[in-house]
Amino acid sequence: MPQHQVLIVGGGLAGMRAAQKAQELGMDVAMISKIFPTRSHSAAAQGGVQAAVSEDDSWESHAYDTVKGSDYLGDQDAIEILCSEAPDDIYSLERMGVVFNRTEEGKIDARAFGGTSVKRTCYVADQTGQVLLHVMWEQLIKSGLKVYSEWFVMDLIVEDNKVAGCVAMEIPTGKIEVFRSKSLILATGGIGQVYSPTTNGLVVTADGQALAYKAGATLMDMEMVQHHPTTMQANGVLITEGARGEGAYLLNSKGERFMEKYAPNMKELASRDVVSRAETMEIREGRGVDGCVFLDLRHLGRDLIMTKLSQIYELSRDYANTNILEAPVPIQPGHHYIMGGIKTDVDGRTWDVSGQNRWQGVEGLFAAGECANVSVHGGNRLGGNSLLDTIVFGRRSGQGSTDYAKSTDWVNIDENSVIRGAEDKIKEIFARPSGGLRTANLRSEMGSAMNDGIAVFRNEEGMKKTLESVRSVRDRFPKISLDNKGKIFNTDLLSVLELEFMLDVAEVIGIGAIERKESRGAHAREDYPDRNDEEYLKHTVVNLDENGEPKLNYIPVTMTQWEPQVRTY
Amino acid sequence: MDATFKVQRYDPESQEGSHYEEFEVDLPEYGSVLEGLLDIRDHQDGSLSLRCSCRSAICGSCSMKINGESRLACKAMVSDIKETEGDIITVEPMGNMPVIKDLVVNMDMFWEKVEKIEPYLQPTGPEPEKEYLVSNDEMMKLAVAMNCIMCGACVSDCTVLEVDKTFLGPAALAKAFRFAADPRDGAQEERLESYNEPTGVWDCTRCFMCVQACPKDVAPMERIMDIRSMVVENEIDKKGRGQRHIQGFIDGVKHSGRLDEFGLARKTFGFPIWAFELADLGIRRILRLRLPPIIHKSIKSAKNVKKIFENLGV
Repeated sequence: MPQHQVLIVGGGLAGMRAAQKAQELGMDVAMISKIFPTRSHSAAAQGGVQAAVSEDDSWESHAYDTVKGSDYLGDQDAIEILCSEAPDDIYSLERMGVVFNRTEEGKIDARAFGGTSVKRTCYVADQTGQVLLHVMWEQLIKSGLKVYSEWFVMDLIVEDNKVAGCVAMEIPTGKIEVFRSKSLILATGGIGQVYSPTTNGLVVTADGQALAYKAGATLMDMEMVQHHPTTMQANGVLITEGARGEGAYLLNSKGERFMEKYAPNMKELASRDVVSRAETMEIREGRGVDGCVFLDLRHLGRDLIMTKLSQIYELSRDYANTNILEAPVPIQPGHHYIMGGIKTDVDGRTWDVSGQNRWQGVEGLFAAGECANVSVHGGNRLGGNSLLDTIVFGRRSGQGSTDYAKSTDWVNIDENSVIRGAEDKIKEIFARPSGGLRTANLRSEMGSAMNDGIAVFRNEEGMKKTLESVRSVRDRFPKISLDNKGKIFNTDLLSVLELEFMLDVAEVIGIGAIERKESRGAHAREDYPDRNDEEYLKHTVVNLDENGEPKLNYIPVTMTQWEPQVRTY
Repeated sequence: MDATFKVQRYDPESQEGSHYEEFEVDLPEYGSVLEGLLDIRDHQDGSLSLRCSCRSAICGSCSMKINGESRLACKAMVSDIKETEGDIITVEPMGNMPVIKDLVVNMDMFWEKVEKIEPYLQPTGPEPEKEYLVSNDEMMKLAVAMNCIMCGACVSDCTVLEVDKTFLGPAALAKAFRFAADPRDGAQEERLESYNEPTGVWDCTRCFMCVQACPKDVAPMERIMDIRSMVVENEIDKKGRGQRHIQGFIDGVKHSGRLDEFGLARKTFGFPIWAFELADLGIRRILRLRLPPIIHKSIKSAKNVKKIFENLGV
């Protein structure tokens, strides 16, 4: 039974940053990832990472923009930490080797992004996430971190509400093994494949959220799902906000810059929820083409496009058959990110250390990155704040998990019974008679239902219909049968296990969304079009109750220095 | 759009060896080969194994041979292939790496080579309080190599690795360039010395396969040439390998109209390294029947080749 003081599940930026910190502090650390770490979806972040590094900027200004962007649902103590610690983290990434674009003085340059009052987004052309991810991976090579690559975590092991480790399957061999740890950090990313289409990769399947939820932790504000304003029609692939940051226009079918109407000051650079809603309005009112509006980059010129947005040039050519130097590219809002996630404090802990039991958690279990909710993004995340979230709170959970591991003893595990349980689960799936339902069909049924009812605009009827569809898929889930019953690299089996995770999480999203009877951030309701601070300036929290059913509750938002105001751009 | 996929299948748990299976798929107008394979996996045969994630050529998971050339399946558009290469799309796992199942290969060798070049910044001297001050141009020069997503396509198609597993290979050396050329790195001399050793930059035969295979325009071979230039310019190459390599190349082609591989290795590395350090490579080549002819024959038009060289004044 492999044993490490700190175990990290997930090999993206948050996981790597956590591993680096815990290792630096002298812990025996290992990382488990279902894919090789550099394949993680952090690589797909294009535009940049926010930090107040310019002389004319301040972390307070960054924090205010983030609070306002969150539609006042973000916890302000966490946002203060995110923004005040950002510059040092960015400088340390630079010193590790990130090739940030530079100013004429050779300092880190920043570009404009949506919802920010000054140019604050540090960037590496339009491949910032990939470069950050690779540099962090290089650091792990340097430190010799133990990585269990292509291991799929099936379940967490919890004894007396204390984490003891996890059980995982080695994908290339089918071997099942128990991993023991004192602290366990979930850093598994988002929920992308719950939606169809999505900008997220095929591996982004809500694993961490579902593992934590089943283990007894809390999912918070899961209804806060972000649709990105510029995604490609053919396959939902992302076009960076950096395009608009560099000056690209949004046009409707009449060739009008329609954002002037919806956000007279910020126009295309209003925050994402605002722009996605405006696009949807234009399309609904008949000023779209084939469900899309247009992103026009032509006036930016070849030089700028080929040096700062070359990936976008390539993606538009490959997936939209459009040369962005010569023609506007059709785009539409598409699922991109979830602000909600596993409830943690500012050190990544899923449990309440105050002893007041304000929310339910699992001792020794940590979360960081998109799968966590600290909460810094609240109702709507600003572009460039997700990479920052992984770096700052990844590091802090590395510290938190070390402090915890030093203060606690190993928890005993009945290794054989855990392994038998996981094996039995797989045996049951293999034993189903062939010719049953296909995973892919159920997955796409769930994905389409989510996109129909819980997307840019929502209403009670639509959301209820979505939740019914999700539950109907879950009812039929046991009728899935597999074509592949082998041990070696059985992705057929993985798809079923992933779908099971996603169905749990889709239900929680639906429950929270229906009960939040107001419009805030990404949660825009046609039947409750206004923000209602009196009743809903609070976090939605969902847990499993004693009967294994979801239980909804609310906890207050932490305010420090910013009172809610009317939010205009 | 209809398409026929001919997919190489291999399942180590079955008695059947490696074989091909054909599938018909119906794809949207701009469908990629990856979408075709996912359609097969989702709706026809769930036992098909492949690695994939981002669908947008950034995660580097889905490298495979498509009609014999290593490419990213998500970036290879079915309509383009049908137009220029014919109706049947043949999909096979990457080369130079052992197959685990179907289109999934074991990339251990790939990662080991990347690790060998010490792929992390090694600054020396006092650390700045904030960032290192460097010019945008210096950073963007590195960005070309940072484009590498480590998909393995170049290694899959590398003709040297086919016969010499000790070669660091195009991906690792492209990454090596990224560090050797970084003004913030303090280990440039040690790096260049190690890349100058046998298995390093002089083993590349400039066949261009990696340049063609790379889906991100890293052009690994050109990065290898960049390192060669740095080795020569920084006078790292005290044994004169680079110069002798170039001269050996010219002499061979001028004399016989084609590359004298034996002569080239002898001239580049000199005696006794050529005889001793490269002996095991020679033995492996003999075993794989890939040894270059010991008696080097001229091509028929060698005289004309010689004239070209003379006219060029070389």
